[in-house]
Amino acid sequence: MSELRDLYQEVILDHSRSPRNFGHHEPSNREAKGHNPLCGDKFKVYALVKDGIVKDVSFEGRGCAISTASASLMTELLKGLFEKDARKMFERFHDVVTGDKDEELDSALDKLNVLAGVRGYPMRVKCATLAWHTLKAALDDTDDTVVTE
Amino acid sequence: MSDIASRTNTLARFDVAAIRGQFPILQRPSHGKPVAFLDSAASAQKPQSVIDAVAETYETQYANVHRGVYELSERTSMAYEAVRGKTKGLINAAHDDEIIFTSGTTESINLVAQSWGRANLGPGDEVLITEMEHHSNIVPWQLLRDELGIVLKVVPFDEDGVLIMDAFEKMLSNRSKLVSVVQVSNALGTILPIREITALAHAAGALVLVDGAQGIPHVGTDVRAINCDFYAFSGHKLYGPSGIGALYGKRDVLAELPPWKGGGDMILSVTFEKTEFAAPPHRFEAGTPNIAGTIGLGAAVDWFVSLDPEGLAAHEDDLLAYGTERLSDVPGLRIVGTAPDKAAVISFVLDYAHPHDIGTVLDQYGVAVRTGHHCAQPVMDHFNVPATVRASFGAYSNRGDIDSLIEALVEVQELFG
Repeated sequence: MSELRDLYQEVILDHSRSPRNFGHHEPSNREAKGHNPLCGDKFKVYALVKDGIVKDVSFEGRGCAISTASASLMTELLKGLFEKDARKMFERFHDVVTGDKDEELDSALDKLNVLAGVRGYPMRVKCATLAWHTLKAALDDTDDTVVTE
Repeated sequence: MSDIASRTNTLARFDVAAIRGQFPILQRPSHGKPVAFLDSAASAQKPQSVIDAVAETYETQYANVHRGVYELSERTSMAYEAVRGKTKGLINAAHDDEIIFTSGTTESINLVAQSWGRANLGPGDEVLITEMEHHSNIVPWQLLRDELGIVLKVVPFDEDGVLIMDAFEKMLSNRSKLVSVVQVSNALGTILPIREITALAHAAGALVLVDGAQGIPHVGTDVRAINCDFYAFSGHKLYGPSGIGALYGKRDVLAELPPWKGGGDMILSVTFEKTEFAAPPHRFEAGTPNIAGTIGLGAAVDWFVSLDPEGLAAHEDDLLAYGTERLSDVPGLRIVGTAPDKAAVISFVLDYAHPHDIGTVLDQYGVAVRTGHHCAQPVMDHFNVPATVRASFGAYSNRGDIDSLIEALVEVQELFG
């Protein structure tokens, strides 16, 4: 069914089957837990931030194809960015998956376009955003578990 | 005639097509396909007679109850109170005043916790629940535990989802004050031996509260045969409106209970010095109730008792057997909850796809299932799964719904397998 292929593109399926940066990369100096109580997805996100640069990002936990793929893509996209640019990317990502702004995406974010399919599935947007919200909390260094519901 | 032949005849007489025809929502497509509604355990759809009863209440006889002396209010009050009698009949209670209207099972359980619990429990007193309770029969007791220092004991179940009765017997003690137990597990479908549980609890001196949310639409209920002290259920799982349910309590037990919410309609007289409370059930029904919802519940009870109970049981057993057989043939599928005594609920997981992804794919095929932890996270933890897919059946479900589910699961396998 073609609508489903828009959501579950090959890149999503690949990242969900073989998530990148999966497992706790050490050393790390930021971490946070994320939980989506609706579906039971739980992630822990780790980051190493040094000299204002996100040197490393990794995650562990289990979730659906959308949340796992989104977490995996996130680690690849954010690694090596200045922290301030990582935060900007978080905002842009949010716009992509909620469809709030239909702006042209720059090349770094093109990869994220594969997640734009969740716009058509309001109940699934929280799956896509879980790891990102969690990483933001890790960068903010808040201890509270992030909840997307 | 043999048992099997007799059962086949009973099943043949149960006219599912005619029942389906009474549910307008089942005539509407979902994603361009006929809807296969397999989520009745979360909330059942409503027959036309229930929809009409709610609409007609507002159109022809609505006013506040127990207050006015004018015709409209009198008619509404009589229609409202008549539902108490219907509900009494449904569960075979002895008296109308043993039926307290609530917003549903959750509120009914909270009523027992807040009224009976706070009046009767102290530090070290034990409340027993099971490992397969819905959160609504866990959290109210945890709140009391933190407030009063009671002990919450959890009776385990085995790998099939069967309650371990030996463990239950051993856990009962002279400190056990209440056994609060589910009649049918919403996540596993297990039917619990509540008569036996009640007898054992009573022998230990404990009262018994039965969470009948899933039990009442599937296995029928006779509170006097069970001999439970409290029985909680929701209207919306019994083909009635949401936001209305009931708590049954034995008359002598209710007579001793203090109110739990203060307000209008639950009093005899009020001065600033002293308030005298009304007798049960009104003592527990403060404020303007869910009038149209209650009348809708009455219509749902009328509709439900018009079904042939043996036919309904045979029909749901058939769907459970057929669904279990078809799902067992799906590669990589594991059914969670395999108790021999089971209601028409099938929870399952696939080893290559997360329940949420499965739910999204099934939805595109018009198949509505519940995916998630079913408000029973301890059950998920027991089986070490974050969530399951749950197909649950009602009076209007048919084998075609199950065929649609199986067909859609092929797409899941193609995508994720």
